[in-house]
Amino acid sequence: MRVGRVFIAGAGATSVDEHWHKSLRDLMREASLQAINDAGIEKKEIQAIYVSNMSSGYLQGQEHLGSLLATWLGIPGVAAVKVEAACGSGGAALHQAYLAVKSGVYDCVLVTGVEKMTDAVTSDVTSALVMAEDQEYVAFAGFSFVALNALVYRYYMKKYGARQEDIALFAVHDHKYAANNPLAQHQRPITLDEVLRSPIVADPIHLLESAPIGDGSAALVLCSEEKAAKLENRDVLLELAGSAVSTDVFSIHDREDPTTITATVKAVRKALGMASLEIKDVDLLEVHDAFTVLGVIHLEDLGFAKKGEGWRLLKEGQLEKDGDIPTNTMGGLKARGHPVGATGIYQVYDIVVQLRGEAGPNQVPNPEVGLAQNVGGVGGTVAVSVIKRVR
Amino acid sequence: MAFMRSVPRVWRERLKKYRLIKGQCRKCGKSFYPYRESCPACGSDEVESVKLPERGFVEVFSVVRNPPAEFADKAPYVVALVRLDDGTLVPAQITDVAPEEVYEGMRVEATLRKYREQGEKGIIEYGIKFRPVID
Amino acid sequence: MKYLASILGYGAYIPRFRIEAKEISRVHTGGAERAPVRQKSVPGPDEDSLTIAYEAARYALRRAGIDPSLVEALYVGSESPPYAVKPSATVIAEALGFSRKLYGIDMEFACKAGTTALISVAGLIGAGVIKYGMAIGTDTAQGSPGDELEYTAAAGAAAYLLGPATEKAAAYIEHVYSYVTDTPDFWRREGQKYPVHTFRFTGEPAYFHHIVSAAKGLMEETGLSPKDFKYVVFHQPNVKFPQRVAEMLGFSQEQLKPGLLSGDIGNTYAAASLIGLASTLDVAAPGDRILVVSFGSGAGSDAISLVVGNCIEEVRSRAPTVAKLVARAKIVDYAIYLKYRGMIER
Repeated sequence: MRVGRVFIAGAGATSVDEHWHKSLRDLMREASLQAINDAGIEKKEIQAIYVSNMSSGYLQGQEHLGSLLATWLGIPGVAAVKVEAACGSGGAALHQAYLAVKSGVYDCVLVTGVEKMTDAVTSDVTSALVMAEDQEYVAFAGFSFVALNALVYRYYMKKYGARQEDIALFAVHDHKYAANNPLAQHQRPITLDEVLRSPIVADPIHLLESAPIGDGSAALVLCSEEKAAKLENRDVLLELAGSAVSTDVFSIHDREDPTTITATVKAVRKALGMASLEIKDVDLLEVHDAFTVLGVIHLEDLGFAKKGEGWRLLKEGQLEKDGDIPTNTMGGLKARGHPVGATGIYQVYDIVVQLRGEAGPNQVPNPEVGLAQNVGGVGGTVAVSVIKRVR
Repeated sequence: MAFMRSVPRVWRERLKKYRLIKGQCRKCGKSFYPYRESCPACGSDEVESVKLPERGFVEVFSVVRNPPAEFADKAPYVVALVRLDDGTLVPAQITDVAPEEVYEGMRVEATLRKYREQGEKGIIEYGIKFRPVID
Repeated sequence: MKYLASILGYGAYIPRFRIEAKEISRVHTGGAERAPVRQKSVPGPDEDSLTIAYEAARYALRRAGIDPSLVEALYVGSESPPYAVKPSATVIAEALGFSRKLYGIDMEFACKAGTTALISVAGLIGAGVIKYGMAIGTDTAQGSPGDELEYTAAAGAAAYLLGPATEKAAAYIEHVYSYVTDTPDFWRREGQKYPVHTFRFTGEPAYFHHIVSAAKGLMEETGLSPKDFKYVVFHQPNVKFPQRVAEMLGFSQEQLKPGLLSGDIGNTYAAASLIGLASTLDVAAPGDRILVVSFGSGAGSDAISLVVGNCIEEVRSRAPTVAKLVARAKIVDYAIYLKYRGMIER
């Protein structure tokens, strides 16, 4: 066994939607098969499965998703686990899959993110989401996940004198690009006025500044260099060149600065280092904008703007497909959707589409390096993946 | 939901929840809520449990309008980070006020209130909320 | 006279919300009916008789300046505890950090449960069983909608931290007396949500007979008469009854005034006499003698004679006065009142 490179051989995804007719197992099977077919391999070539999901226990009463998917795909016998890191489950599972192939123990693995949120009523989903935070001392006090992010919004506006009108543009940006993404949950452009007039969920966060509740599954097939060389179905070859996970102090009230997610700062440094790249080499970005202000904060913590200035990139059009740093060019969390445990895989899927030149009207001109930042909780965990087009 | 119906869980945490107890790291001096055995700042395991002051001010707050199921019938309510007089920041609900009466910098005092009930037949979970100071 | 015990600290707590009697009258009688009080206190949706008692107890501790771990008794008098079985005393004691070696119990005798708790704890101290103990009277009373009790059934608590008679104190318990008969003027059967009262029968045979008997009993045993007291506090289900019984016994309205709050906060049941006492201690001077006579339906009256100590001014200053709590008022309408009382649920 030797340490080798890791390649993304295949990708698949369902649309993000209220999939009344599809169960969690239907969704994860669908995306997985798509990725397997996309890779041009047989099911039986998969040696290990990593399922990322946050709330199947609470919302479906179903655990043990790794083994369930293996059987549901028709390949019981392979190694399989569920990986959970709240909304960062996708990135965390991808990291495990990366380690599996990089170590040389496995040649070909499947990573499938899945979440089915619409089986439950909104208040139950709200309960599920706040499980990313301290149950006994934060959730107990009645905080919803939105309310915690609302506090970060307040701290951010106070500290940097930023305006909500400028931050809320992130939602407008996402919707513009989702309109051209057939898999996106919301394919209708929206205006800043609509965002600011939408109902307040938890002051000051408006409904249209928050990622929606939806169902979906996205999957990737990762394989070793040897295996990749044998796959001839594509001109483009994508390498998962860097994968890192970092954690931050669990609760925002215990952190030095509630407007900085240090886990992002650490993870991006590690991931870029592994890929031997710098931040200026990144052509394409997927940030975890569960709420508009968090999108802005992530841009800063990743190193694309100084603290307190992330919103300027939005205003100046730098996040557009032809801007300095094209971001969320398939709709991001707000408009492509955010089936929480699956999001990290959707982000990489969206990067793959772009790097393969298949993004249609959203296409970024000739991107080579994509970076996905996936976040669990309010930054309790951050996973950063760097994908390089090598051919 | 099983954890919502658990009596041992509530009983185990009650002293910390009733009495506002922080952890104070003997090595680096950082203080954090609630008390836990390892310091999040320096990793030391020499953490003392110390009673927090009962007064402070609202540093930042939000109004929950779409609550989790456990609080479904209580919206809208105010959640905040309260900066106590010793500098420790604690998350809690603000009570005895309408949402529009709350402001950053408002002086508040800890009080024991009902947070939730385990149904009509189950136990009542009490905890610390903050209300405006009565001088 | 040898004192039974001392009062080292006292505290009262009244929830913030109020509903005006005229608003209740508007809903049920189109504004036709006149009410026995102007307004009453309403507990917030996250309050119950336990949390209200906690606040009063905390103020009493603050005033006494005693380490809570030295408090070895907690007697809580209430007719509206949150649990029918599981005493509020256990939660309050743990929340405030009282000694685990504790004589703790909840007790019921309608509106006199608070004063009976006080006498009981004083007895433990006088007998040398404990050094420090606390007695609380607390209620979140409910009246059946449309019934005349709805005008007055209110919420409040008062707590007293007692110690040995030899300590320097805010006040001393000089003498106690109690008078009890089987008189069914007001009751609630097990499992029933609201109490039943007997209209005019609650007057002479109940309230007046027992208060007069207890007051006279105490005065006979001590040789004291109304002129020996600076202040008097009676149980206050409304405003007229305490004013009339004061007159009947030979007390003046000036003696009654500082301890008569029902007009502004309603009838706080087991807390009523004790809140009246707290309000009186908020203005009393060292050496003043105070008579407290409670009344609990069923029926009985406790009479307590107290002498104010030299520490009263210092002790009083450590916590908000009853007047401050009464003034901290937010008026709600009948719909919000029903919501807060849990009578309309989502």
